[in-house]
Amino acid sequence: MLPDLSSDQILEQLRQAVLIRRFEEELIKLAGERDIGHFHVYIGQEMTGVPALYLLEEGDLSFTTHRNHGHLLARGVPAAQMYAEILGKETGMMGGRGGTLHLCSLQHGFPTTSSAVGGVTPLATGAAFGFQKLGQDRVSVCLFGDGALEEGSWHESINIAAMEKLPVIYLCENNSLEALGQKAGEYPSSTLAATDLIDLVTPFGVPALQIDGCDASAVHAAMSEALQRARGGGGATFIEARTVRWPGNRPIWPELATGETNLAMAWDPSLIPEEHQVWHRKQDAVLAFVREIIAADLIEPDSILAMDDEIRADMKAGVKFALDSEYPKAELALELALA
Amino acid sequence: MAEQRYIDGIRQALREELARDATIRVLGEDVTLGGPFGATKGLVEEFTDSRIINTPISEATIIGLAVGAAITGLRPVLEIMFIDFITLGMDQLVNHAAKLHYMTGGQLEVPLTIRATGGVGGGYGAHHSQSLEAWFTHVPGLKVVAPYTPSDAKGLLKSSIRDNNPVLFLEHRGLYWSRGEELAADEVIPLGQAIVRRAGEHVTILAVSKMVGTALKAAEKLAAEGIEAEVIDPRTLAPLDIETIVSSVRKTAHLVIAHEAVETGGIGAEIASRVQEIAFNELAAPVLRVAAPFSPVPTSIALERAFVPGEDQIIDAVRQSIAFNRVGLTPHPEPTRTGE
Repeated sequence: MLPDLSSDQILEQLRQAVLIRRFEEELIKLAGERDIGHFHVYIGQEMTGVPALYLLEEGDLSFTTHRNHGHLLARGVPAAQMYAEILGKETGMMGGRGGTLHLCSLQHGFPTTSSAVGGVTPLATGAAFGFQKLGQDRVSVCLFGDGALEEGSWHESINIAAMEKLPVIYLCENNSLEALGQKAGEYPSSTLAATDLIDLVTPFGVPALQIDGCDASAVHAAMSEALQRARGGGGATFIEARTVRWPGNRPIWPELATGETNLAMAWDPSLIPEEHQVWHRKQDAVLAFVREIIAADLIEPDSILAMDDEIRADMKAGVKFALDSEYPKAELALELALA
Repeated sequence: MAEQRYIDGIRQALREELARDATIRVLGEDVTLGGPFGATKGLVEEFTDSRIINTPISEATIIGLAVGAAITGLRPVLEIMFIDFITLGMDQLVNHAAKLHYMTGGQLEVPLTIRATGGVGGGYGAHHSQSLEAWFTHVPGLKVVAPYTPSDAKGLLKSSIRDNNPVLFLEHRGLYWSRGEELAADEVIPLGQAIVRRAGEHVTILAVSKMVGTALKAAEKLAAEGIEAEVIDPRTLAPLDIETIVSSVRKTAHLVIAHEAVETGGIGAEIASRVQEIAFNELAAPVLRVAAPFSPVPTSIALERAFVPGEDQIIDAVRQSIAFNRVGLTPHPEPTRTGE
């Protein structure tokens, strides 16, 4: 189902989702041409991040984890600057000091990315603590994967959030559903004895919602509820958004396993290739979103393709901007250890 | 000048800063009760429980909580009950607090002070007695303070709280009830400035935290032998005031470094290395260290005494340094050995 929003808002979410998809595809292609180091892509989880973060207001903060590109793009961080930061160029948001694993843009509500799994939960809880003590009507959003629940800091954090009734939303994007219950060492691995993640939340008395993270309307509804609770002084919410792991994210290094997404597959199933039928027909949440938008007659297929062409051109321009940018000067880049 | 105790200096600093700046919060385990030694005692009555806040026993998270709060505009002063327990929160301290300003290209500042008790005394054993300062000086982005006197405890804590970086403020448990000159209410002591506690021309003794007292006693005994020791208290270990140390060494040509942390990989190694890099030609002898043996801190009071270096070890090291004659060195003033 589509989120309970105006058609313009839904189409804006479509634009963001396609932008994220194309950003990541361009990045994987670039990584095939040159060594750009280690990175993680958000393909397959677009319909969690986009509707979830769409509802935030200026001044709210989101703390994200290593699979962060989609989150920042959904809040409007320019793709060109992100590519530049990922390539370590001086035109990146942090002048090459952070890279993909530490992307941030405070003006867009992203103070930092913590790439230590579980590192993000205390920080997000602390921001909510700060908002509450300073009397600011702000919400802190903690974005993390199922792996963070294997860390102790998460349990400590939700305990404090529950006791202090902090305005924080823990949005867990579970992309290891197929792996739950696997033994350690398998990949993708989720090595929790608990098979139902929200069971971990229940003892703390924090409302916990388990939703289909590929369903934009479910994400929208859950985040609306959580934000209302946080802004109304009702405290924290935990959301487990059950997403799928894109086949290209199954190897340790991302691969464009399902090819560049052809959005026309959404309305012309004859375009769907033999390989990865399940992905294209059932799992790809962006294609599902497009199908729903077409079914609701919000936009013509040709207009979607035109929008897509524009986004793809923007991504190529962004990559070119990053490639053409200079590397930072070492004497400047190594300053700033202390404020 | 009125006297005060070290622990009162700490409490006064907290009280005065809380009154001065509404964004300050004092956080920690049992801080509303005063903490284990009473450093925060009475604050909750004066400032209410929304400013003096007890936390769960969750070091990994309360450090991160304070970092998250600091970037929203609070100025947290977090107490970690014993420095030994900071090991549980090293991810938040080292990977987050210390690096956020840098990693964000300067977009964030983390005005956070972490107070923690350390040091040997009272038979607290291996989990409540360590001196871990060198670990933190190794991390870019952290400041590390180790006051010796009550007025330094107060004045340096005020500077730490006002600093826009994460500062680790290391209090020695064995100094809490020591007395010294009181610091005026409006006075602060800047970070990064060493102080000469005793002037002397024959040898420099650089001592950290409580070891300053031991060094001063050693210096008095050495004076009876005709050896005038200059005792330097670095006060802040990061950033280190290397100029004051080197300028003393240029005068004396002999350096002995004393600390309660184990010798291997201690702050003394770093200071010795930096001094010889800058002033090798002016050293008449190798830089010597007087520090704890490479052992966990024992619990028995008898073993504690064996673990913590005393005056005699400092005196021995000074004698050894002065006895060392490096060939070809420009003569420095030699002590008159009246004690021999």
